[in-house]
Parts: sequence; structure tokens; C-alpha cells
Amino acid sequence: MGELSRMWREMPSRYRMQGDRCGNCDQVYFPPREICPVCHRDSIGKMKDVDIDGAGEILSFTVVHEAPPAFLRQKPYIIALVKLKEGPVITGQIVDTVPEEIDIGTKVRSVFRKISEDGKSGVIHYGYKFVPE
Amino acid sequence: MSGIVSYGSYIPRYRIKPEEIARVWGVDPETIRNGIFILSKSVPSPDEDVATISVESARNALRRGGLKGKAIEAIYVGSESHPYAVKPTATIVSAAIGTEFSTFAADYEFACKAGTAGMQNVLGMVNSGIIKTGMAIGSDTSQGAPGDVLEYSASAGGTAMIIGRENVAAEIKSTLSVTSDTPDFWRREGQPYPTHGERFTGEPAYFRHITSASKMMMERMGTKPEDYDYVVFHQPNGKFPTRAAKMLGFSEKQYNEGLLTPYIGNTYSGSMMIGLSSILDVARGGNRILAVSFGSGAGSDAFHIEVTDEIEKLHNRKVTTVRDMLKNVKFLDYAIYAKFKRKIVFGEEIE
Amino acid sequence: MSNVYVIGGGESKYGELWDRSLREIAVEAGLKAVENAGIRTKDLNAIYMGNSLGGLISKQEHLSALMSDYAGIASEYVPSMRIEASTASGGAAFRQAYLSIKSGEHDVVMVGGAEKMTELYGTEIIDITSSLVDREWEAFNGATPAALAALSARKYMMDFKVKKEALAAISVNDHANASLNENAQYRNKITIEQALNATPIAEPLNLMDCAPMTDGATSVILASEKYVKEHGSKGVRIMGSAISQGPFALHSRKSFYTVEPTIISTKKAMEQANIKHKDISFVEIHDSYSIYGLMALEDLGFVEKGHASEMVENGIGINSNLPVNPSGGLKAKGFPYGAAGVSQIYETYLQLSGKAGKRQIKDATCGLVHNMAGSGAASVVHILGVD
Repeated sequence: MGELSRMWREMPSRYRMQGDRCGNCDQVYFPPREICPVCHRDSIGKMKDVDIDGAGEILSFTVVHEAPPAFLRQKPYIIALVKLKEGPVITGQIVDTVPEEIDIGTKVRSVFRKISEDGKSGVIHYGYKFVPE
Repeated sequence: MSGIVSYGSYIPRYRIKPEEIARVWGVDPETIRNGIFILSKSVPSPDEDVATISVESARNALRRGGLKGKAIEAIYVGSESHPYAVKPTATIVSAAIGTEFSTFAADYEFACKAGTAGMQNVLGMVNSGIIKTGMAIGSDTSQGAPGDVLEYSASAGGTAMIIGRENVAAEIKSTLSVTSDTPDFWRREGQPYPTHGERFTGEPAYFRHITSASKMMMERMGTKPEDYDYVVFHQPNGKFPTRAAKMLGFSEKQYNEGLLTPYIGNTYSGSMMIGLSSILDVARGGNRILAVSFGSGAGSDAFHIEVTDEIEKLHNRKVTTVRDMLKNVKFLDYAIYAKFKRKIVFGEEIE
Repeated sequence: MSNVYVIGGGESKYGELWDRSLREIAVEAGLKAVENAGIRTKDLNAIYMGNSLGGLISKQEHLSALMSDYAGIASEYVPSMRIEASTASGGAAFRQAYLSIKSGEHDVVMVGGAEKMTELYGTEIIDITSSLVDREWEAFNGATPAALAALSARKYMMDFKVKKEALAAISVNDHANASLNENAQYRNKITIEQALNATPIAEPLNLMDCAPMTDGATSVILASEKYVKEHGSKGVRIMGSAISQGPFALHSRKSFYTVEPTIISTKKAMEQANIKHKDISFVEIHDSYSIYGLMALEDLGFVEKGHASEMVENGIGINSNLPVNPSGGLKAKGFPYGAAGVSQIYETYLQLSGKAGKRQIKDATCGLVHNMAGSGAASVVHILGVD
């Protein structure tokens, strides 16, 4: 069977890219962190939720041909390291395009997409992906 | 006066042309182009469904209105292709745009007019003072059986309308509905594709309801066709809405802006609402719009809308317009289309 | 403090071992190692097993207990445990065994590495191997281990204007060396052209840039200086041992082609060994993907960042200045995830004992072993040498 609570508790970050900001050094984290890796214990209790805009830039990308089951219908698909406007770098799919139309440096923005499904009767997992601006 | 505070649409980037579908089924493409006047239709990517289309529409509406999700107190999503039979799309939209826990939400189904039924519902809640601002979404990834005539038109897209009392960009002066038990088109529980009554879908279904609701609205408002700058109807194909418009005495100039089916196909619950969205993209303060949806089964919802000067603020936010979404599209061949639409079935164990 | 020695080892064949189970290959390697080291199983004070995916692939946890039972020593009540650090499980297990002797607690310890990767059909194995990267924020979004390596590769190739040939050379070298290793999975030599034109896996990486799915098990026996002297055992000395942990996900790192844990572990291990790079006779590096081979040569300090391609062009074969992966490496000897680190140690032991047969490196006196976890979350570095 599939996973429920594990996916459910991440929804704020998966659905609308909620990250957090260290109240001590102002560094923004996405995915959110419980503790700031710069300020360590000085950041305890000071991590505040912050909305990530979703705009970013491709730092590197690959075209995946050997795909896990959840991604078979989309292969080959593009996975990229995206540097967000707010600073963090994250890993995500680039969709609605072809590899020839993107490159390192391409500006992208986040979109809300289906990521995977727990079979035909399980829940559907949604999250962020990116499209070229 | 209450009305549309902001609006936003989403149409998937992929398209397929009727000649490509006709090629597979051995049909003369000219009969499709001329018969139903569809030049291409939108196709959802494998990672798109009504929830994702609804969320993208909702976000475009929020951006255009300069609003945060927390301003939305009610969400109604109308569709006949909700990703879950049981478990609402509205909750997914609510979480994705970040509304408060205290939010009214439900999914609607009334064939292609479920989205406009949602608009009426939100309008009623706003007018009665239950909420200040709510959102109604019409969105579909509609189904057409392989080889069926519906396959040439059934497409994907959606529109979100934010309805409230403050900063209204398009006042909804009046709304009314007509309803009858007319079995022109249906899908039984558990069936993957709908069934339709072919020519029965025309006269007793689409035309009767659309023209009746339109006439009733004009009678109520004391208006004539020439009093409207724009008119938009539900668009199951490229022919029906123009014929209905002509039957009622509207001109091409009035219906052209909202006529999108020739380019994107029939987006079902999204159809009339995307047309309205496209009109609002170009409308000016003082413009009058008659908008009438149609849902099989059957019924029509009519809206008399008057645009205010607030519309300029929405235009100034430069959010993607419907016409923008008609550009820069990617055409698919039937094989990829069939893969995207899950008409090619993978083994259960691997997907 | 007393020194610690590797006094023997043994392994199963590496490859697609359809007729052999996880426990069988683990036991085979263990018993061969015991025999090779000239000890009895009852002499063992402890067993540390390196295994990464037994729980997900074979749905079998606690492999150390299972192996010791099937090795026939359940009645000896030897303490055993499994060490998991994804693809660095083997190296991590070896280090735990080393520490247990170094602390004075143990005198004779077995390190086993075993992985059975061909049990499943379909693409599920790709999802399972993705468990060694961040499940929530990498794998969930479709990133596989190969995809992450490819992200490093594209950025590396662009920043340093490195051609694909340099990556291919790592794999070509592995295959050449593996052709001399009887236990290797792939004993066929390949050309640069073959390596360049293979099926794409995660562009720019293709099949020949990626280590295979391998069934295999290797065990080595460690002993204290006291034990070696008392029993007249012959072995090679563990001169340095270090493990270091950095950011887990690739996207959290400052550089996408620098593995800081490798740099830090190398520095520590070399200080312990009190040697310089020129003293190292050969290296076994973690080249699960060809790009990681280039990155490792740089992070290990043999060449400046961005210049490994020059080193590779000048030759890294068995007769070169610095032979790389005499075993055949992860690409060609094979890559049973949790066993790979022990496999590298065993090769180093063979080379330093003069037992490497056709692939013997002349006058090998000191070998460096680099075992990495996943896309570089952790690195284990060991330096072994002759006394």
C-alpha cells in the first residue's frame, strides 16, 4: 500500500513551496529546516515560515532515460538543479519543454503538477515542477 | 455591487490536430474541420489533471487580483473529470493556494456547467453576506472514447473566477438558470468514457437551453442583443455557439473574442469560463457581456455582466492572458497523445 | 596504540548470480576469508556486515546475524551487526571493525560486505536504489542516483570544458583491469568509442558511465598487532582510516562536483599514515558513475580541481604512475552497493600482499581506498600499506 501521513505532512512545502528563514542570520531554506546549519543552536525557535515565489534559474540538468515506475509515462524527462530567487537550490523536474530548448542559465518558474500516484486506487501525490519562463 | 474581482485561466501547452486523429480512424479530416470547426484541441500532459489545472487557474487569478490565498473564503470546483471520485479537488486547491482552515469548499458536477454553478453559489454567498470573497473554478480534462466524434473536441483547461464585493472588475448584475431532465450526454459511474445522443445533443439540448436562458436574461434586464459588447456561450464545438448566437441575433464581432473551441477544443466545465476570461482580458470599463453556459443533462446558467474601470488594474498586473496561452504550443502525434491520455495502458504493476 | 592488520580475505564471484541467494554469497565470502586468513570462525570476536539494500530488495534485515548463523557459528555467540551507509556501507563497516580493534576491545574481527541486486524484475529497482538519495526532496521529484551524477557531470563538463572522452576513459580503464580479474562481472575490454556511444541513461551519462547492478560478497579479516605477532600472521597494515559526512542532498552542497567529505577524510587518513601523495602506489576509487571517478581523483588530491581529465589522458592503467582501480572498479568488477567498500579493501590487500596475479602492480607498497555514499553525502578513505 502507499504512503499517507508521510506525504500529507509535507504538503505546505510540496504544494506551495513553503520554506523557512532563520531569524538569526536571515538565510532562507527550502525545503524548510528545523535548525539553521549556519547558526546551529542560536536558531532554535527562530525559524519562521516563508513563502517561496517559485522563480529560479537552471544550474544543471539531465535527461533521465532510466526511470523509476512513477515516471515511466514521461520518460525521457528532465531533472534540474534550480536556484531559487530566494537563494536555496532544489531538485525538480522541468516540464512542457524539450532538452534542446533549455540550458544552464535558463530562467524557470514553478508549476503545480502531479508527481506520482500510489497505483490505480491509492492517493495522488502533487508537488512543484518547473517550466521555462 | 458584487461580481468578478479577478479571474485566471490555464490551458495545457500540448495540442493535437483533428487531421492527426482522423488519420488514425480513417476519417476525412475535412468533415471534422467543417463539421465541428475544430482546428486543434488542448491535451493535458501526463502530470496534469483537474487539480493541477484548477490550481494553476486559481494562482493566475490571485496574481491578477494582487490577492493572497488567505483572502479566499470559499472554493467550489466544477468538473466532470475530478481526479478522485470521492475526495474533493477543492481541498487540493485550498491547500495549494494556502487558504485559511476556515474555508467553505466542495466539488460540483453538472456536465459542462458545473463551474458556472459554482459561480452562482459563490455569488449567492457573497450577496447574502456569508463570505466576502470566494472562488469558483470550472476545469476539465475531458474524455472522448477513441474513434468517437468527441475525441476531436474533448480537451483540457480551466478558469478560476474570484467573486466578491470589493474592487469588482466586472459586476454580475444578474444570473439565472434553466433546468430540465434531458438525456443528451452522460457518463455512468465507473465508465471511462461518456455516451452522447449524437444529433439529439443539438436542438432539444444545447440550443433549447442556451437560447431560452439568453432570452430570459435579456427579458429580465430589458436588453437586446445589440446592448452587449460581448457574448459567450458554452462551446462544445466551433459550430454550435456561433449558430446559437446567430439564432439570437448576435454578430460575429460580439462572439469572436470568447470563441476558443476552434483552437483549444471543448474544455467542458472550463469552456464558457475560458471564453469569458478571454473577453475580460480585452474588455474595458462599461462593456456589457452576456455569458451563458450549458451543461448536459441539462441546463444553462446565464450571467449579465458589466465591466468596471477596475479591470484596468487587473490588466496592468500583466498576468498570462488566454490569448498568450494560444501561442507557443506543442503539437503531438496520435501515439504520444494516446500515451499522455492513458489510452495506452501500462501493466498495473509498473505504474 | 597498537596497529591493526588485514590478514586475509575472500569473495564470491561478482555478477548476475541467479542461482545464489544473499545469504549464500555472504557465507561463501566469509568462509573463504576465514580460510585465507588462517583462523577458525570461533576466533572471531565480532562481525561487521556492510549491506545497503537488503531490507528493500530481499526484505531481509539483520543480515549479520543471518550470515553468522549460516556460517555455522551461531553457537559461538559472536557479536555481529550490520552497518549501513548506503554505497559506503562496506567502507564504514571496515572502519567500525578497525576501531573495535584499535580500541583494544577486539583482536580478530570479520568485515563482510554483501549485496544481492538482481532479485527484482521491472523498474522497481531504480526506485529502490533512489533510497540512497534524499527520498523527500530528490527521489520524490524523479531524481535517481544516475540523474544526480549526471547533474554533476553536466556542470563539471561545462565549467572545465571537459569532453565526454575523459569520463569514458575511467570506464575503459576499469574494463581493461577487470579483464584480468577472474571474479569481475565484466571482463570484456571496451574502447572509448564504445563507451561514448552506449545507450543514454541520464544525459550526459550513458550505460558505460554507470556501474552495473551486481550480486557479490567480499569479506576480510582484521587482526590486532598482538594477534599477528602471536600467531605469525601475515598482513597489511591499516595506516589511516577516516570517514566524513557532508550535506545529504546534492542541491544542498556548495559545489556540485566537489565532495568535501572526500577531501576531509583524505586529509585525516594521510595525516594518520604520515605519507604524501607520491608515496601512494595505487588507488581504488568509488566510480559508481564515471564522473565520480574524475571528481574523486581531484578530491583525493592527486590533481587540481578540473584537471583530472589530463591525468586520465596520461594514463591510469596498471603500469601507469598511479594505477586506478586495479580490481576493475565499480564499473567492471561490479557494484554490489554495500559490498563495494569491502571489495576495494580486498583488492588493496591482494595488491599489497603480492597476490593480485595478472593484474599485480609492481612494487606496490601503499594503497588508498575511497568509498563514497550515494551522490557524495559521505566518504570513507583508508590507507593500507606494507610494514
